[in-house]
Amino acid sequence: MRFSDQFESRFAEMVTHYPTKRSVLVPTLLFAQDEVGFLSDEVISEIAGRLELTELDVRNVISYYSMLTTKPRGKFNVQVCTNIACLLRGGEELMEHCEKKLGVGHKGTTPDGVFSLEEVECIGACSWAPAIQVNYDFHENLTPEKLDKVLDEYKKKGTQ
Amino acid sequence: MADLVSHPDEVRVVSKRFGQGATNIDRYLALDGYKAVQKALGMQPDAIINEVKNSGLRGRGGAGFNTGLKWSFVPKTSAKPKYILCNGDESEPGTCKDRLIFEHDPHAVIEGVMIAGLAVGAASGYIYIRGEYRYLSEIMQKAIADAYAKGFLGKNIFGSGRDFEVYWHGGAGAYEVGEESALMESLEGKRGVPRIRPPFPAVVGLWGGPTVINNAETLASVPHIILGGAEWFANLGTPKNGGTRLFCLSGHLNKPGVYELPMGYNLKKMIYDVGGGIPNGRKLKAVVPGGSSCPLLTADEIEVPMDFDSLMKIGSMLGSGGLVVVDDSTCMVKFALRIMKFYQHESCGWCIPCREGTDWLKKTLIRFHAGGGIKKDIDNIQYLSENMLGRTFCPLGDAAALPTISIVKKFRKEFEDHLEGRPCPFEKAGAVEQLPVMA
Repeated sequence: MRFSDQFESRFAEMVTHYPTKRSVLVPTLLFAQDEVGFLSDEVISEIAGRLELTELDVRNVISYYSMLTTKPRGKFNVQVCTNIACLLRGGEELMEHCEKKLGVGHKGTTPDGVFSLEEVECIGACSWAPAIQVNYDFHENLTPEKLDKVLDEYKKKGTQ
Repeated sequence: MADLVSHPDEVRVVSKRFGQGATNIDRYLALDGYKAVQKALGMQPDAIINEVKNSGLRGRGGAGFNTGLKWSFVPKTSAKPKYILCNGDESEPGTCKDRLIFEHDPHAVIEGVMIAGLAVGAASGYIYIRGEYRYLSEIMQKAIADAYAKGFLGKNIFGSGRDFEVYWHGGAGAYEVGEESALMESLEGKRGVPRIRPPFPAVVGLWGGPTVINNAETLASVPHIILGGAEWFANLGTPKNGGTRLFCLSGHLNKPGVYELPMGYNLKKMIYDVGGGIPNGRKLKAVVPGGSSCPLLTADEIEVPMDFDSLMKIGSMLGSGGLVVVDDSTCMVKFALRIMKFYQHESCGWCIPCREGTDWLKKTLIRFHAGGGIKKDIDNIQYLSENMLGRTFCPLGDAAALPTISIVKKFRKEFEDHLEGRPCPFEKAGAVEQLPVMA
């Protein structure tokens, strides 16, 4: 199992920041997921081994955090917030719009693997609602028209 | 990234450096940066605690506990190391203020962590930022690295002979982790399940050591208090509610945004003047005054100063400063349902009243809103919520119950109207069935 050099240098440094090795687990899982796309059996086994944990320990933690996934997702994970501030400004309409445009529902992935879709809880963009995140990038003050442009850009990037 | 707004009534303390390029450490230094920690290095720990106590600074995460008093609970001596933990797991629906602090003034948080450390005798601090805030984590990591490069962190800070370490830590998506004991569990690499208290974190916290846990906005306020003085800060607000606050205005407003206003600012003015009023000629129906866990206020209850004590007096809470304005086109049953869906999704599942209660309430509200309600449901929703109150290890159960109870009590007629005008009088025909249901 090989991660990037950046992953390795960050891991080597971060693990020294805590009195227990295990403490580095949550951010490490997310960094690993960013590289591999999801937390595969191989990734789980590797991280468990490094931190002297059982795979079950690691899986228990993964299942708790909503950003962590053991299943592959699209290259671009479109996360639509429909919590209260977004709800009042059209968050559900954006979700419906995404469902129609991408042809998939909540936690679905498009057949070409470019997009996956997720209805998410508050992402901290309440004053700029409605908002979505595509992977880690925020897109705010959206309308269905603006959303189309955003998704088209990603589609272009994803099929290049 | 996020747009900045302004209003003439704003008093800029925490947001003083927003838009000023203060992520750059030299720019931060030019804007009085790292002066407060140097001043604090020359103060006795008790003097720092007293200064913060007397400033009337209260926890900006939502609980509103006096910050200096919280610090004073840390034992003077400890066999185990003491820690400062900055809570940047901002996830309360309606709240988006810490995001701006991390984006525009990350060094203020670092400085606040250092001063808290000097006050309680800790030599290291962690800044925990929610996983979704990746770009902010990058800004914070760079700020920390820059502070080390200048010698402000690490060994012998500012030639004082004292050492102080600050580390970044990231989450991976969990509202519950914003609760202080769950936050510690998460930082220790575990599921974010709350701990039983007592012992309180100030005595037994991270890895068993005494730990001070403060919200990012709270810590970012501290350097300003040290430089400006307790009296100055206290006088900005109302009695026992010192300073200013970042209010996140959202929902049905013409000018949503994050505004820094004095504690005790009038809510009506906040909605109609600062927030620019309600768009499309609509009328105000309800306000969430401080994040989704607060009891809602009706349009008749907005002549109120926005501080912790005034909101408590009228049966609500100032919470995290997330103000969600709701107009008269909104179905309050659906609003209650959306809030409950959130808490059901985020319940860690440890306490049965919360795990089962939120699930049962969500299912009832979905059925009720979709037109399958019976009259008894209305009382049942209230009864179930009231039975969650105070019966869980952390406040998530209360957070789910409080807004729900307030909506049933204050908007009961809307529930009754759903029985008459099935399915929902606010929805277009057939729209209710299309509501997305989260897995």
